[in-house]
Amino acid sequence: MNDMTRVERAVDSKDIKINAKKVQVYYGDTHAIKDVDVAIEDKTVTAFIGPSGCGKSTFLRCLNRMNDTIDICRVEGDILLDGEDIYDKRVDPVQLRAKVGMVFQKPNPFPKSIYDNVAYGPRIHGLAKNKAELDEIVEKSLRRGAIWDEVKDRLDTPGTGLSGGQQQRLCIARAVATEPEVLLMDEPCSALDPIATAQVEELIDELRSRYSVVIVTHSMQQAARVSQKTAFFHLGNLVEFGETGQIFTNPVDPRTESYITGRIG
Amino acid sequence: MPILWLFLIVLAIAAVGYVSGRARALQSAGGDSRNLHSLPTYYGANVALKAVVPAFGLLIIWLLAQPLYVSSQVSEMIPETSVKEGSSLSLVMAEVRRTADGLNNAVAAGVLSEDQARNARADVTDVTQRLKDAGQVVTSEITQPVLRAAQSYRAMNSTGYAIMTGAVILVALIGAAISWFQTHSDYRARNVVEQGIRFLLLAAASIAILTTIGIVLSLVFNTWEFFKLYPASDFFFGTTWAPSFSGRGGASDLGIIPLLWGTFYISLVALLVAVPIGLFAAIYLSEYASSRVRSVAKPLLEVLAGIPTIVYGLFALLTVGPLLLDVFGDNGLGWMKAGTAVMTAGIVMGIMLIPFVSSLSDDIINAVPQAMRDGSYGLGATQSETIRQVVLPAALPGIVGAILLAASRAIGETMIVVLGAGAAARLSLNPFEAMTTVTAKIVSQLTGDADFASPEALVAFALGMTLFILTLGLNVFALYIVRKYREQYE
Repeated sequence: MNDMTRVERAVDSKDIKINAKKVQVYYGDTHAIKDVDVAIEDKTVTAFIGPSGCGKSTFLRCLNRMNDTIDICRVEGDILLDGEDIYDKRVDPVQLRAKVGMVFQKPNPFPKSIYDNVAYGPRIHGLAKNKAELDEIVEKSLRRGAIWDEVKDRLDTPGTGLSGGQQQRLCIARAVATEPEVLLMDEPCSALDPIATAQVEELIDELRSRYSVVIVTHSMQQAARVSQKTAFFHLGNLVEFGETGQIFTNPVDPRTESYITGRIG
Repeated sequence: MPILWLFLIVLAIAAVGYVSGRARALQSAGGDSRNLHSLPTYYGANVALKAVVPAFGLLIIWLLAQPLYVSSQVSEMIPETSVKEGSSLSLVMAEVRRTADGLNNAVAAGVLSEDQARNARADVTDVTQRLKDAGQVVTSEITQPVLRAAQSYRAMNSTGYAIMTGAVILVALIGAAISWFQTHSDYRARNVVEQGIRFLLLAAASIAILTTIGIVLSLVFNTWEFFKLYPASDFFFGTTWAPSFSGRGGASDLGIIPLLWGTFYISLVALLVAVPIGLFAAIYLSEYASSRVRSVAKPLLEVLAGIPTIVYGLFALLTVGPLLLDVFGDNGLGWMKAGTAVMTAGIVMGIMLIPFVSSLSDDIINAVPQAMRDGSYGLGATQSETIRQVVLPAALPGIVGAILLAASRAIGETMIVVLGAGAAARLSLNPFEAMTTVTAKIVSQLTGDADFASPEALVAFALGMTLFILTLGLNVFALYIVRKYREQYE
């Protein structure tokens, strides 16, 4: 957190992409998320930090309605994407997820070739008119995923044969191939070694120029390195939300300070 | 009864050995079990195991070997002349055994005294009469050599069992004694007992394997006999199946092709029914059904697997056959002549296989990691796109394996074919004609008065062997596919 980046952060004032108001999430009888208000800005990396089980992943999965696949999960409150309620009955979760992409904690390439992994999204959404266009999308996405040079000669080999870090970058390439507006990342580096982590972090910083990125992480150093805004969750509550520099240097809430200094967690 | 007694005596020796071995170990440690190498129970178990295992091993071997030995000894006593024309030594030996059993039963019933039963000069007619009075042997007259043979058969058996009883008890006592003297606080009883248990488990596993080998060998020898009587090329490439039971030998056509064709055709129809329905049921159950529906529907579907195949056969004969006849018979489309047909058996067999396919596929689809589905949903895929393009390709090797296993069940199925498909061996493409399969013909060749020296009966073993190799190949292939692709994910 040197002064230069803090200055840069101060200048980056952007439109609100996702606005969540009074969000409540219940798993059966458990009240997992309580009254969370977050405004996620466009072309910004927002980090969610907090101890295990604090609800940060659950909240992330609300943003593209991945929680719909869990029977007992219930979401209340408003989550607006570009001013439209994503939990409105008229919104098709399938279309929403095309706009709000997701990268998961464990790399999960499909048991298909590298090419087919990346082409999966464009194919199901009909983004390419012909093979040449699809080839172009695949190459562009793999380049954005910073993995093109490593795999360009073996696009027809299985994606599961790559190393862990490569797999995760492939998953990121797969997610950007559908041209999402927001990219959600659920602890994308927790299964990776430091070198692969550095590569993915660099990639996240590049992605910021086109997308709004929301990242859940257990590593506070990572949050400090890659994000401009940070939200601290504790026991289902949003404790503090603000500029990353301010959260890490001058937290308002005593719980945030305790967590950052390692006293709770 | 004496074997039960012998059994109990050996167990009693073992029990006494257990207690005394445990006591001796404790005594050698000065009454403090902490000075022992192993827990006191291990010392007891060591003595008990060494008493029981060798004794029972000897008992089993003796029980298997003695009848063989006695039979071979007794059959030497029977003169060539007493084997009648058209009969064989094995038939005479069967009579000897029946007579010996009759004598035993007569003695037990008190009709004959032990002396009379053993008396070598006993009058044949008198003994026969007494046996008949006692309700034994009514089939044929007992001849002098048969009676003599039966008497010595009895005598040898009873001496054999007496020696066996003594030997088994002796072995148990020796085993117990040796291990009792071995027992000492430094003796590594735990290691020995662990070894012994490992050996017993190994023995249990090898019995299953040895039985399989035994079954294969019995098939192989009889198949060999068959091919000595009937040319193999005619069997494998013959296109007619027409066994004759009246004119023995030479007059029969025993070509396997029509039977294999029937087997293949009926199995194909069965799989065409079972695979789509079973697979779709599995997809519904694992991907769409709520857990409540699943918990009710899955056991209900598996009830189908518990129905005996003969009941399916009745269902084919009484319900499906007439139903098909109404539609495709002379009153309908006119393709079908009778209720028994390839379609009837195939459809019912397909119904039988549904739970087989669905249950295995359901397990395999469930084994596809949730991360795969999440990844696909996260890219904006619908549920059916996810299943079609991610879940099913990931589960495909397992599903292919399930289908191949179902196919080998279909090939081996008998009762549904017997009742549903008719008995005509025929090479035809019309699925509404009666056909038959290899298994159904094995049954019909061996039921009734089968003469095991004729090719008409021995062909059953060649058929069984062919079927065994086919299904074995299919199973091995299925396992190979499942293994080869299993590590694609995770």
